[in-house]
Amino acid sequence: MLAHPFGRLRLQALPFWDMLQHPSKGVVINGIIATGAALMVVLGGIVTVALISRYRLWRVLWSQWLTSPDHKKIGVMYVVLAFVMLIRALLEALLMRAQQAYGLGGGFLTPNHFAQLFSTHGTIMIFFMAMPFLTGIINYVMPLQIGARDVSFPVLNSISLALTAAGAALVMISLVLGTFSTGGWLGYPPYTEASFSPGVGPDYWIWALTLSSLGSTFTGINFAVTIYKKRAPGMTLMRLPLFTWTALCTSILMIFAMPPLTVATAQLALDRYLGFHFFTNDLGGNMMHFANMFWLFGHPEVYILILPAFGVYSETISTFSGKALFGYRSLVVATMAIGVLSFTVWLHHFFTMGQGADLNAAFGVATMLIGIPTGVKIYDWMWTMFRGRIRFSVPMIYAMGFMLLFVLGGLSGVLLADPVIDYQVHNSVFLVAHFHNVAVPGLLFGMIAAYHFWFPKAFGFRLDERGGKVSAVCWILGFMLAFFPLYALGLMGMPRRTVAYTEPAYVPLETVAFFGAILVVAALCALGVQLWVSIKHRHANRVFVGDPWDGRSLEWSISAPPPEYNFAAIPVVTDRDAFTVMKESGAAYTAAVPFEDIEVPRNSALGPVLGAAGFAIAFGLVWHIWWMVIIFGTIVITAMIVRGFARNTSRVVTAEEVRRQHQHWMDAVARAEPIARDKETTSANEGLAMPIDTGAEQ
Amino acid sequence: MSDGIAKHPGLNLGPGHGKDDAAAEGLMFGFWVFMMSDAILFGMVFATYLTSLSATAGGPGASQLYDLTSTFVETLLLLASSFTFGMASLAMKYRHSERRLVAWLLVTLLLGLAFIGVELHDFASMAAKGGVPTRSGFLSAFFDLVPLHGLHVAAGCLWMIALLGQLVRYGVDTKAKLGIMRLALFWHFLDIIWIAIFSVVYLPGCMHAIG
Amino acid sequence: MPSGNEKADLKAQERREFLSYVWGLGLALALTIVPFAMVKWGAMTPLAVLAVIGVLALVQIVVHFRFFLHISFRQKREDLQLLIFSALILSIMLAGTLWIMASLGLRMGMVQN
Repeated sequence: MLAHPFGRLRLQALPFWDMLQHPSKGVVINGIIATGAALMVVLGGIVTVALISRYRLWRVLWSQWLTSPDHKKIGVMYVVLAFVMLIRALLEALLMRAQQAYGLGGGFLTPNHFAQLFSTHGTIMIFFMAMPFLTGIINYVMPLQIGARDVSFPVLNSISLALTAAGAALVMISLVLGTFSTGGWLGYPPYTEASFSPGVGPDYWIWALTLSSLGSTFTGINFAVTIYKKRAPGMTLMRLPLFTWTALCTSILMIFAMPPLTVATAQLALDRYLGFHFFTNDLGGNMMHFANMFWLFGHPEVYILILPAFGVYSETISTFSGKALFGYRSLVVATMAIGVLSFTVWLHHFFTMGQGADLNAAFGVATMLIGIPTGVKIYDWMWTMFRGRIRFSVPMIYAMGFMLLFVLGGLSGVLLADPVIDYQVHNSVFLVAHFHNVAVPGLLFGMIAAYHFWFPKAFGFRLDERGGKVSAVCWILGFMLAFFPLYALGLMGMPRRTVAYTEPAYVPLETVAFFGAILVVAALCALGVQLWVSIKHRHANRVFVGDPWDGRSLEWSISAPPPEYNFAAIPVVTDRDAFTVMKESGAAYTAAVPFEDIEVPRNSALGPVLGAAGFAIAFGLVWHIWWMVIIFGTIVITAMIVRGFARNTSRVVTAEEVRRQHQHWMDAVARAEPIARDKETTSANEGLAMPIDTGAEQ
Repeated sequence: MSDGIAKHPGLNLGPGHGKDDAAAEGLMFGFWVFMMSDAILFGMVFATYLTSLSATAGGPGASQLYDLTSTFVETLLLLASSFTFGMASLAMKYRHSERRLVAWLLVTLLLGLAFIGVELHDFASMAAKGGVPTRSGFLSAFFDLVPLHGLHVAAGCLWMIALLGQLVRYGVDTKAKLGIMRLALFWHFLDIIWIAIFSVVYLPGCMHAIG
Repeated sequence: MPSGNEKADLKAQERREFLSYVWGLGLALALTIVPFAMVKWGAMTPLAVLAVIGVLALVQIVVHFRFFLHISFRQKREDLQLLIFSALILSIMLAGTLWIMASLGLRMGMVQN
């Protein structure tokens, strides 16, 4: 320990070290790319720190954001994290597409570098883009939809965020120090065992996942308990908005699906660190059990990702069609059926591993069964739109793109569910096309639609409509160009994760896919420009009254942004689409009398402390810096014990303050001009919807 | 029954405790959900053990390594500690003296520590016979499962010490009560896991020694 | 302050709950001693012993849930739902894993005997 205070961390860990030692052409190109990426991380960090210091925002950042137990702020921070990680993973995708477009007989990336790219791309997209994104959206929206003042365990919520961010930071630092795993996002042993991958790569992967899955487990518990225990009076389960239903189902899946992943990665860690023999080639190890456990997590995970997006589409399609959701009950049943069925199909991820045909057949049938509830949903959404007055706002464009493309992705999934077909195309880019075809139009479009839909609620002004439309069209077209060729390439026999190939027939399709990737990156840039423009014009697009889209559920019944306690008085719910009912019966925008003192949780540093310590422990474990692990491990235990001794953990917002804020909002409501639906995307929209018979029907 | 319908798993404080009882509902439910998640974690480790039974790779197997008597002692220690924790819960619910509550918790703590002591002694004697986790897949699985339970018990003991500290500092206040109630759930849950451990691991393992 | 009547009620309730713990302890002890004794003195064929161990373990788990964790059908519905759902998921995972790994072991020649 004394001889090497920094464990196995040496100068060689720097990304440009290799390039300086062995300056051949290939090594230099890869060195420059790796160093450029590292520079982006380091410069990004420095610029962020400099800007925060320049505008003296440290105190605000600490006291208003990082230590805040407010579910709305935590939700926003999750989404910011997701966008940052999305940028990195998308750039990696662009690099991989470029490599494959030029991959006939070589290309410019080394196999090792390419393997790192697809490993980080997958790991980030699943664990540090998709999961934070949906967690952030649920965090923001779900408590508002059920009429609650916060989640059940606000401080635990802040801890979950900090752990997820710590995992993301670990993946980011792997760009600067050492290399990430080359074992794919699944990290299958025995390749990831110490005997074949002795470096730090798989360790980065293991500990990043461990941090993130701990965070997700706590999040799942928190959301499920909130939905069960904190609903407003009258908000029975069958009156929950559909997004909240999907949030509940996703939370339950998180609670039950994360443990197998934790066990699998922990056992791999025991193999690597302490010489155990769970998945090794020798002494009774069995690597097939890793695949089994990974997919016991991995398949429910697919539905953890997709269900909240289904919820978002249900809300946006209903809102922008001006109609109640068709087949609410069937949508709920379908959601819960998917939830249970998702635990019964994991074997289809390894049909070819060698088990008996009877097993493959059973799991193939179970897999096809999931198509049924999903099909029910698609029909319900179409019937919701039928005879609706549809407005083609940005979330609706994503919804349309989703419905068309997701059905295609689902159909290719049904093909793959047949073990006989799977034997032909497994591990080919056909599979890559399939899962991107469900993940991108399903999850990603859903989350971006949610971002557009609820952004005005969170920040009090609408996003620029034109930028949003440009971006949406680029996403949809870019996706089709990037992934449809991969179906054909897969059938032509191109294996996935191929750095280079010798078959000239691949080149045209690969080139098309590369242009698709460029278009997708352009879509991301358009989102950035849109955000910039929207912030610049924020004063013109304020919707403080809070209901810019003629919304149907409770989150639209309060100001935008909402007060920290959400509801001045807890609403009483009498039917489904609670806010629409209130608007129709004239119960919306009434004074909340009598006002009461509201207890809200105090800020707590526990989240940031545990997050920072968790990061340090993981970093120490990766680089074998044991003193770091011991010191920060002690800090974690001490912090939790000290928190147990904390007593004064809540503060009161006085009735007078609540009354003042409520009056301020009511005044704005009185001043606002009601807006008809055909003008909702203009600056005239102040967030007060015109009653439906005079508005949408005109 | 005068105590009516239980609001949450574990011993309910009952309406006599007013807001403490009200505060317990969400918290206890949340902790219960966490334990279900933990149960899945144990389930997967059990699955690993069961699928590794034949992976002894020529190393020592269950029949050479397990000790039935010591397992029986461990079982009795844990069962007794579950009972004494129950007594502590009753002392808290019916507002007996704080001294009585602390005494029962201390007895529980001692039983827990004794369990850990016997278990460590077990592991040491296994290691002396060549039963170390690096020897085979089977032993890896054993040393993943049983010490994982032991670690949980150790964490429970640490938690109990922290709670005893809270009792000394603040007396039996809301937060201390809720802490003790959650620890009670945790403690009884660990005893249930132990039933599975002696029934799946030790008893069948020792059976081969005779049969 | 509780009235005299309520006090008597509480007293009766405490006695009932105390007895519940005693019952739990007694039953658990019996359900522990029997399988240990069977293994120690080899009463039946190994397969029969295994079956008895399994059944008694399940019974003892129910005893713990009932007497120590106070789970009963008078529970609020979501707690019980959750427990049943957990049991369902756990059995799917365990049974599936054993089926899959047994099939693989057999076909990939991993089982030695």
